[in-house]
Amino acid sequence: MSDKASFKILRGTKQEVKFEQYETPVSEGMVVLDAVHQIQAEQAPDLACRWNCKAGKCGSCSAEINGIPRLMCMTRLADLPLHKPVSVEPIKAFPLIKDLATDVSWNFHVKKKIKPFKPRPPDTADGTWRIWQEDIDRVQEFRKCIECFLCQDVCHVLREHQKHDEFIGPRFLVHVAGLEMHPLDTEDRLEELKKAYGIGFCNITKCCTTVCPEEIAITDNAIIPLKERVVDQFYDPLAMLLRKLKK
Amino acid sequence: MESTNATIKQSGFGQTMRSDTWWVQPLAVFAGLSTFIIYSTWAAFQGNHYTFGPYLSPFYSPELFGNSGHSWFGPKPSFWPSVLPWSPAFLILWAPAGFRLTCYYYRGAYYKAFWADPPACAVGEPRKSFWGENSFPLIMQNLHRYFLYLALVFIVLLAHDVWKALWFVDPATGNVSFGMGVGTLVLAVNVILLGGYTLGCHSLRHLVGGMMDQISRSPTRKCAYSCVGCLNKKHMRFAWLSLFWVGFSDVYVRLCSMGVWTDWRIF
Repeated sequence: MSDKASFKILRGTKQEVKFEQYETPVSEGMVVLDAVHQIQAEQAPDLACRWNCKAGKCGSCSAEINGIPRLMCMTRLADLPLHKPVSVEPIKAFPLIKDLATDVSWNFHVKKKIKPFKPRPPDTADGTWRIWQEDIDRVQEFRKCIECFLCQDVCHVLREHQKHDEFIGPRFLVHVAGLEMHPLDTEDRLEELKKAYGIGFCNITKCCTTVCPEEIAITDNAIIPLKERVVDQFYDPLAMLLRKLKK
Repeated sequence: MESTNATIKQSGFGQTMRSDTWWVQPLAVFAGLSTFIIYSTWAAFQGNHYTFGPYLSPFYSPELFGNSGHSWFGPKPSFWPSVLPWSPAFLILWAPAGFRLTCYYYRGAYYKAFWADPPACAVGEPRKSFWGENSFPLIMQNLHRYFLYLALVFIVLLAHDVWKALWFVDPATGNVSFGMGVGTLVLAVNVILLGGYTLGCHSLRHLVGGMMDQISRSPTRKCAYSCVGCLNKKHMRFAWLSLFWVGFSDVYVRLCSMGVWTDWRIF
């Protein structure tokens, strides 16, 4: 590993942005966030960047490193080509505030619109439920989400086409999957999935799965199963006929 | 410290800050799928050299109407319009083609490779408009499960072809004897790979158990869900292996039938 590395960091606000290049000493074990902090401490005290846990669990330091959405705290310099400048940019699916900090509040507004967990009546008189581990296994994968919004950032429906009003994005499809597949939940969100949540916009490119730092199989385990449930409800004539006959 | 001007939004096709070889994968998918489509279309139009001894090319199986001994209902049907070209493959090839066309894996792959929607993750697109799978024709992708039902029937039929490929007719005496040729193995591997691909289908995973929130109530469906889920994790691998092998199976039967290759008998 070389002693110094160059970093091309996107600086500015939404009015004007420019890449500024910094050279800083690097050493074994450093991650991109360490280098950004070092630049902040020694060269650019006004450099804005979000961070918190430095352990890949808070989801604050999301950025685009060499054009790929990643957590800065989990991207080792040893894994990057340091013979050329490392580009560090803010995530692009959301409005820029300053430098590497973006306004991700849209996500929190979206979450409020999703029908919340509605459990069936308790199974026992003490107000508790009984569930089997195998029924909750699928849902537990979705609980690993740290809300870093890298999946939202890389999703071309939001990033390229700005369908923020029509599509809730992979993060919240994972959230809906966690609710819809929960063994205790009784709420029906299929109508919303098809219309307000816009699941039909997902064209299964799997970019969300690729960038997920928690390695959640977003497309295979959350989005496609939800698409199949929407098919059951709205597109499969045989399933619709069987439902009518059962009534 | 040096400064260069920049824009925060992607603005054009192929624009990206990615410094890796992001174009390799879509290019490989484009080349692989294009090669298969061109070859399979050519092979389907040939209408000959699709059988050799007990072997039947998977592109022509089941042979509903045709001139070979594998035909179910005799020669070319009279209802077939004389202005149209004829091949037994035309009657059946649409079903496996539809299964692959609407497959969740292939959809993601060909949207990237053929339509650049997007060309790769975090890479700029050529078009500003986007409808997703909400309107015609892509809304028809939701019928994938119906192609799955047909694909499952095809697996059974192709397995039956392997059984038939174990019985060889002696041209001199007309006696039928049990045996195995390299072609038998080729057709058997074809069924195994197609089975791995079909039984790992996302729609099948949903139908056998994924639709249930309390799968513990049905141990049989839980077992089926686990098995399909296991294959589903390797869906992409099976998709490509089975695609290559089904094409190779046709090549094998075709070249044996043309006398270019010799089918070696193992016993």
